[in-house]
This record gives sequence, structure tokens and C-alpha cells, in this order.
Amino acid sequence: MEENKSVMKKEEKTQPQKAKMISLYIMGKKYEVPEGSTIMGALEYAGYQLKRGCGCREGFCGACATVYRTTDDYKIKTGLACQTVVVPNMYLAQIPFFPANKALYDLNELEPSISTFQEVYPETFRCVSCNTCTKACPQDLEVMDYIQALIRGDIAQAADLSFDCIMCGLCAARCPAEIVQYNVAVLARRLYGKYLSKKGEYLKSRLKEIKEHKYDKEIEEFMHMDRESIKKKYYARDIEKM
Amino acid sequence: MKISYFPGCTLKTMAKNFEDSAIASLSFLGIEMVELPRWNCCGTVYSLTSDDLIHQVAPIRNFIRVKEARDTRVVALCSMCYHTLKRANKLVKEDKEKLDKLNNLMYREDVKYNGEVEVLHLLEILKNEVGFNQVSKKVKMPLKGLKVAPYYGCLLLRPPEVGFDDPESPTILKDFLESVGAEAIDYPYETECCGSYNTVVNVNLVVERAYDILSFAISQKAEAIVLSCPLCGFNLDNRQKEIKEKFPDFKSVPVFYFTQLLALSLGLDEKVCRFELNFIDPRPLLKSKHLIGGV
Ligand code: SF4
Ligand code: SF4
Ligand code: SF4
Ligand code: SF4
Ligand code: FES
Repeated sequence: MEENKSVMKKEEKTQPQKAKMISLYIMGKKYEVPEGSTIMGALEYAGYQLKRGCGCREGFCGACATVYRTTDDYKIKTGLACQTVVVPNMYLAQIPFFPANKALYDLNELEPSISTFQEVYPETFRCVSCNTCTKACPQDLEVMDYIQALIRGDIAQAADLSFDCIMCGLCAARCPAEIVQYNVAVLARRLYGKYLSKKGEYLKSRLKEIKEHKYDKEIEEFMHMDRESIKKKYYARDIEKM
Repeated sequence: MKISYFPGCTLKTMAKNFEDSAIASLSFLGIEMVELPRWNCCGTVYSLTSDDLIHQVAPIRNFIRVKEARDTRVVALCSMCYHTLKRANKLVKEDKEKLDKLNNLMYREDVKYNGEVEVLHLLEILKNEVGFNQVSKKVKMPLKGLKVAPYYGCLLLRPPEVGFDDPESPTILKDFLESVGAEAIDYPYETECCGSYNTVVNVNLVVERAYDILSFAISQKAEAIVLSCPLCGFNLDNRQKEIKEKFPDFKSVPVFYFTQLLALSLGLDEKVCRFELNFIDPRPLLKSKHLIGGV
């Protein structure tokens, strides 16, 4: 099986022209691209070189925020270009960068309370609960709910609900209250991590052990381990209980 | 009995003394207030602009949350939340087109709102579901000799179609005070506006209004004020600092949420009243009346 797969892959690579082609529109112009491509793949196939608006290609970095439309719907849709597969007659465009408001602050000087948000990001309190941000989020986060949690001073809940945010910017692009949700959420998670979360008791002793070279040998072993063994160890690791 | 409870943001931040004393008292009276598992700010101020539907989304979305919690009634404590929720509810119950438009905007919600929810204020629950005579019966420590001026403000009773008492000469807070054994003071400013959100942009206006309200109540021998709104509370309680600066002969007067007096009279642990969160500390007064311990 494994072998067959790699053979197929080779074929795909060497003869891309054999893939079924579909047509779609990039910034209004028609192109033919291989079926099954991601939006990012389609853009590159069509000859666009992505320097901004592209990063990990794995759905983690949030750099590839994109807006598109399919012909069956009037709605403008949002997603990650590296994760969204193209469909025929799609309209595509890539967003290179959001010039979003990002406050500068010194975390050591902030309090984990609602007044911090009133000072640092006062626009948060303009939220009208329209839920447009949630509709836009490619991570399926309850964006409105984390903003609402902050409006009532619940930093822990906001940190929890926004945990999987990849800072793609799409929520902010659509918000009628002009809130930059992801930067507000980062502040919430920072305050939570620094002031509110339960501190791991063992952290101090573990740091001491590290300094005393207790793990040097193990690390050395890891350096020479093959991928599979590392994987095995990774999945069998101890996970902190909250 | 259980009832869905909409706290609103202020009860979760500035007015924890309101929330804690309410939940404890109601539970003592056999009513479990169950906070909606999911809710958003009601919008604070009811929008009077007829085509400004975006500001009706927030209150109406909360009714979807009530339905999701499999309830048809929701109780609010903050007068502003009560007012905004009740009025928005009335708007969509009477205007199907607006309701459809709002539901349409909220197409991602699994549940549609069709006007099924009833909005109640906690005072209504006390009056109609528990009954003030029942409250009286449960009172362990009547607030004997405590002279309190009821303050209704504007949002609880006006306009008449959302209020639950006579907007010009209401009695519900007086009836409440009497049920817990306190003496209700009669004075003409109980339904005067405290200046509301002007407190943000025009402190002086609020200071003057609050001074008039409070000093009239004091001239009628009131020893404390009772109310049901955190914003009124801020203007009448916290703004006494600025009142004192402007009118140096002003004598400060404690301001209670009605639920604090309720909890006290029911003999609940003083801790649930969170008196330390009141700006003017009411404890010396309560001590002098032997209503709490200490000297
Ligand atoms: S919350 Fe906003 S920035 Fe974060 S992933 Fe969702 S849409 Fe992107
Ligand atoms: S899009 Fe903006 S206004 Fe609408 S719910 Fe999200 S944060 Fe609030
Ligand atoms: S006012 Fe404009 S932006 Fe707002 S909903 Fe209407 S059309 Fe859209
Ligand atoms: S009226 Fe005030 S307390 Fe009530 S939900 Fe709205 S902002 Fe929060
Ligand atoms: S490129 Fe990183 S998420 Fe798409």
C-alpha cells in the first residue's frame, strides 16, 4: 500500500497536466487550475507568487486569510487559503495584511480587570452582538462570545474561548463596531496567563532540575532519535492536569 | 421553582453586591435563579430610532438564549437591562416585519425567536410569585426603625407599557420595604431622573440632581436610600464624593440595593450583602440600629 501511494504521488508530480482542471476567477480574471487544489495552490498555479498572505501552509499561522465567493451564494465567504479547496467558478482574492490597531502596553503594569480593557481597547465595548465576527472565523471560534465575556470582565472565559485563535484578522475585517478582536483576545490570554491561571507547582523544581543538567542525557537521546520514535514519545507524554 | 436569570454586565463587575444578595435571598425564598449559560450585553440603552435595528439584535439574541435554555421567562435585576430587554421584546412582538429581519440577520442561530419570552424584573417576582406577605413571614430580623427612601429612577416604570407599577406614584418599593419591616419615607423625588449616563460627560449635572434627590430624602428623615439600578446606584452613591466637594455641608447617606435589605432581613449571612462594595459604607448605620453585629 505504502509503495503504491508513493508511486501515485510521483505520477501526480511528474504529470500535473493529467489532473482534471476546473475554471475559476482570481481577482476577476479567469484561470484553469487543477481540481482539488487549495486556494493557495490555485493562486500559485495561476502564476501568483505569494510573499505576504502565506506562511505555514498547514492552517496554523493565520497568515493566509482569504475572502471568496461561490456562484451558488450571494455571500462573501472567508477562510484560510491553505486549507480551503477550490470549487468551479469560485471568485478568489488574497488579503496580504491587515493594518489592524495593536496597542502597546507593559503587561507588568496592567491589572487583570475590566478597567484594563476600557483603557487599552475601549472600542471593545461598542460590540452590538451582531455575530458577524463568529461567521467570519475560519477556526469556528465563538468570537462574539469572547468579546462579550470581556465586556462583563470575564477574562478567563475570553482566554478560553479564544485559545485557538490564529490571528488571521478576518473577524476584524468584518466587524461593524471596528473592534480588533484578536488583539483584544491576546491581551486577555496574556493577563490570564500572567495573573489568573493556576500556576504549575512543579515549575520551579523542574527549572532547577534543568539547570542541574538532569535532562541533558535525555535530550541528547532525542537528538539522534528517528521520527517515528519521537512521535511515539510525543503521544505518550505526560500532560499537565488542570 | 427555577427561573432563568439575565445578570447583565454591571452585576458581574461593579454591582456584585446586587447579584450576590439577590441570588442568596431568592434561593432562601425557594426560587433558584439560573444564570443563562450564554448571554450577551443587552445593549444598555434601548434605541429609540425606529430603523436602527442593529441595536435590537443584542436584546433579541438573549431571548434566543432563553429559548435554548428551554425557558419562556427571564428575570433581570438591573433596571436598565430590564427596560432594554422588555422594550425590545415589545417592539418585535408587535412588529413581525422587524422580527423577521432580525431573525434573518441572525441566520446562524439554530433557534428562531418568535416572541415567546416574557421579561420580568425581580421586584415583580417578589410581589407576584412570592408575595410580599410571604416575604414578611420569612423575615427573621425585621429592619425595625430603619427609615428608607425608595428611589425608582426612570427606567423601571417608564414608559407605562413596560413598567410594572404606576409610573407617577409607584408603591412597589414601599410595599417591599414594609414587608421587610423598614419604614418607607415619602418624598417627591422618587421617580426623578438621576441624570443617567450624563455621569460620563456631565458630572456636574448629575451631582446637582443627585444632591436634590438625596437632600430632599434626608430632609424627610430618610437614613438610607433603596434602589434597583447600578447606574442610579453609581449616581446616588459613588457621586456623593463629588456632591460633598460641591456642597460641603452635605451629609452622606447610604444607598442600598433592595436585595441587600432583603438578605439582611431574612437573616442571611452578612457576607452575601457585600456591604464593603457600597461606596458610602452602610455598616455604621446598620450597627447603630442593631441590624448587624459589632459596635
Ligand atoms: S478570532 Fe478572528 S483572528 Fe482569530 S482565528 Fe477567528 S477570525 Fe481569525
Ligand atoms: S462583529 Fe464586532 S460588533 Fe459584531 S459581534 Fe463581533 S465584535 Fe461584536
Ligand atoms: S447599514 Fe450598511 S453596513 Fe449596516 S447592515 Fe445596513 S447595509 Fe449593511
Ligand atoms: S444594561 Fe448595563 S448592566 Fe445591563 S447588560 Fe447592559 S450594560 Fe450590562
Ligand atoms: S499559510 Fe499558515 S494558516 Fe494558511
